[in-house]
Amino acid sequence: MKKMALLALLGLSLGAFLGAENLAINAAGATFPYPIYSKWFDVYHTAQPTIQINYQSIGSGGGIRQLTAGTVDFGASDMPMNDDQIKEFQTKNGFSVLHFPTVLGAVVPTYNLPQVSADLKFSEKALAGIYLGTITKWNDPEIVNANPGVPLPKDDVVVIHRSDGSGTTFIWTDFLSKASPEWKSKVGSGTSVNWPVGLGGKGNEGVSGLVKQTPDSIGYVELIYALQNNIPFGYVQNADGKFLKASLAGVTAAAAGASKNMPDDFRISITDAPGATAYPISSFTWLLVPQQIKDPAKRDAIKGFLKWMLTDGQQYNEGLSYAKLPKAVADKELKAISRIQ
Amino acid sequence: MSTTSTTFDRAAPPGSRLRAFLGRLRQGDEVAHVITLIFAVSILVITSLLVYKLWVSSHLSRAQFGWNFFWTTTWDPIFDKFGALPFIYGTLVTSVISLIIAVPLGLAAAIFLAELAPRKLSDSIAFLIDLLAAVPSVIYGLLGIFVVVPLMRTVIGPALKATLGDLPIFGGPNYGVGFLTSGIVLAIMVVPFIISVSREVLLTVPRDQREAALSLGATRWEATWQVVVPWARSGIMGSIFLALARALGETMAVTMVIGNNPKISASLFAPGYTIAAVIANEFTEATGDLYLSSLIELGLVLFLMTFLLNGLARLLIIATGRGGGRPS
Repeated sequence: MKKMALLALLGLSLGAFLGAENLAINAAGATFPYPIYSKWFDVYHTAQPTIQINYQSIGSGGGIRQLTAGTVDFGASDMPMNDDQIKEFQTKNGFSVLHFPTVLGAVVPTYNLPQVSADLKFSEKALAGIYLGTITKWNDPEIVNANPGVPLPKDDVVVIHRSDGSGTTFIWTDFLSKASPEWKSKVGSGTSVNWPVGLGGKGNEGVSGLVKQTPDSIGYVELIYALQNNIPFGYVQNADGKFLKASLAGVTAAAAGASKNMPDDFRISITDAPGATAYPISSFTWLLVPQQIKDPAKRDAIKGFLKWMLTDGQQYNEGLSYAKLPKAVADKELKAISRIQ
Repeated sequence: MSTTSTTFDRAAPPGSRLRAFLGRLRQGDEVAHVITLIFAVSILVITSLLVYKLWVSSHLSRAQFGWNFFWTTTWDPIFDKFGALPFIYGTLVTSVISLIIAVPLGLAAAIFLAELAPRKLSDSIAFLIDLLAAVPSVIYGLLGIFVVVPLMRTVIGPALKATLGDLPIFGGPNYGVGFLTSGIVLAIMVVPFIISVSREVLLTVPRDQREAALSLGATRWEATWQVVVPWARSGIMGSIFLALARALGETMAVTMVIGNNPKISASLFAPGYTIAAVIANEFTEATGDLYLSSLIELGLVLFLMTFLLNGLARLLIIATGRGGGRPS
């Protein structure tokens, strides 16, 4: 009796094992696109039940490290890998790594001025000056001139930035580097920088919490976070000199404007992009895929997913407040998929 | 139960020792001995592995900066310049502030609960205190952001500035976040440890000690302060180290209220940064090898600081232990 039960159990587990020919693909990286990625992987798993993609949102840096070490099948990052990182990947693995833009994000300035009800307009020089610490008062001419008729106080500006390393900070500092040569040489752009002034808040919620708590403060948060939490934000001057309020359409326009010069490896910064409707603080986020994938089943699965993501997958973007890829970029990426071998 | 004495075995020749060992093995005594020994040694192994891993992984940073890592104040991931001093400073300052607030508060509460309060009240309050010790630190962080920070900006800060504003430690602008706010939040977090452990220790002081003091004509307060507390001193110190260790290593609550700015400022209102906070903030997105290595070296520095402070505290106990108190 006992033996039979044991045999039955064995048979059952064997059957379960053979029946589930699931192909598990592991990926890790950026946290910013995590909501859309998990939606994509989920929908794709329903369409292709044998393919299961596990994504860990451990941060862009961690994603690049794990990809280089070969512990994940593909990675994800909010900033493109730099030349040193690509070289390191090549020497370790013997082949290169490909970048695939997936969705677009944007960053918006948010502020707390109790006596001002109008949406403020920020010139590029004003934002750079505030974050460099050269503009210290709200009634600085650089801010006043862009906002005629707004009663700006003579109080000190309290600058707030992200304390944790993040793609949001990368986009923000990348924009400031283009807006101000002084910022570029003194501070530079990256996921964490040596801030000249200000207080750090952890995460979008930390920054918006500090801004809400501190009168006369200014901070920056992701567009998605601001939209979903109804956080008011200001206009930003773009490369054409127009003041724009961030919107998904403005972000896609920035991508379209910049992608005329899209390089073949897709490593492009689209902050301060040309175009009257282009929102200037925008960026792609990327999937990082090894150029050679040994396991043919895995290779086909990843290629299949990329193709689906660039076509059908894009329809899920705006529901989750991510901007769509411009069609020209998606088409160019579809051609690039064949480079995976 | 056999109560074999090991001193007896030592004198015996090797053969009989083995036989005796096997005999005790059969009785189960030696098994318990070996198992508990393995668990005790595992603590040592885990700690050494931790230090070893920190040491090896911080190689790049140690080779690049050497001892300068401890003295320099720039933390710039873009230009690959890393110095630990602002973080060491922030960690020490916030921990010291928290102890300055928490030790008198915790000790007084423990004395009341152990010596003066009715047992029922004491037990129910102790139960609540143990609950407080189990609250996740992010909750204390939220409490800090939504309660302590506004209080600091509108009430505590202005009051301190009005009375002691001439002192440099209360100068400069007050944003609500900074060293003092973190110290206060940390104090709220560590005070349950001090109360809970100190109360238990005070309750173990033998009744004779109190009665002897009282019979010699001491008042209740004198008996408590001059006899009971000195008797329990090493246990109370232990509770303070536990609190200090928690304050040094606290991450989430501190990073939410300290302002996360690696600057060394005399003013307690100024924003600062701690070692645990910067590691938690920057580790996930640290891309460069030197950057990562420097963060790991910060972990090593925190370990060393905890080690040194604990060692110093233990020396302090030994040094002051001779004056009286519990007979050794």
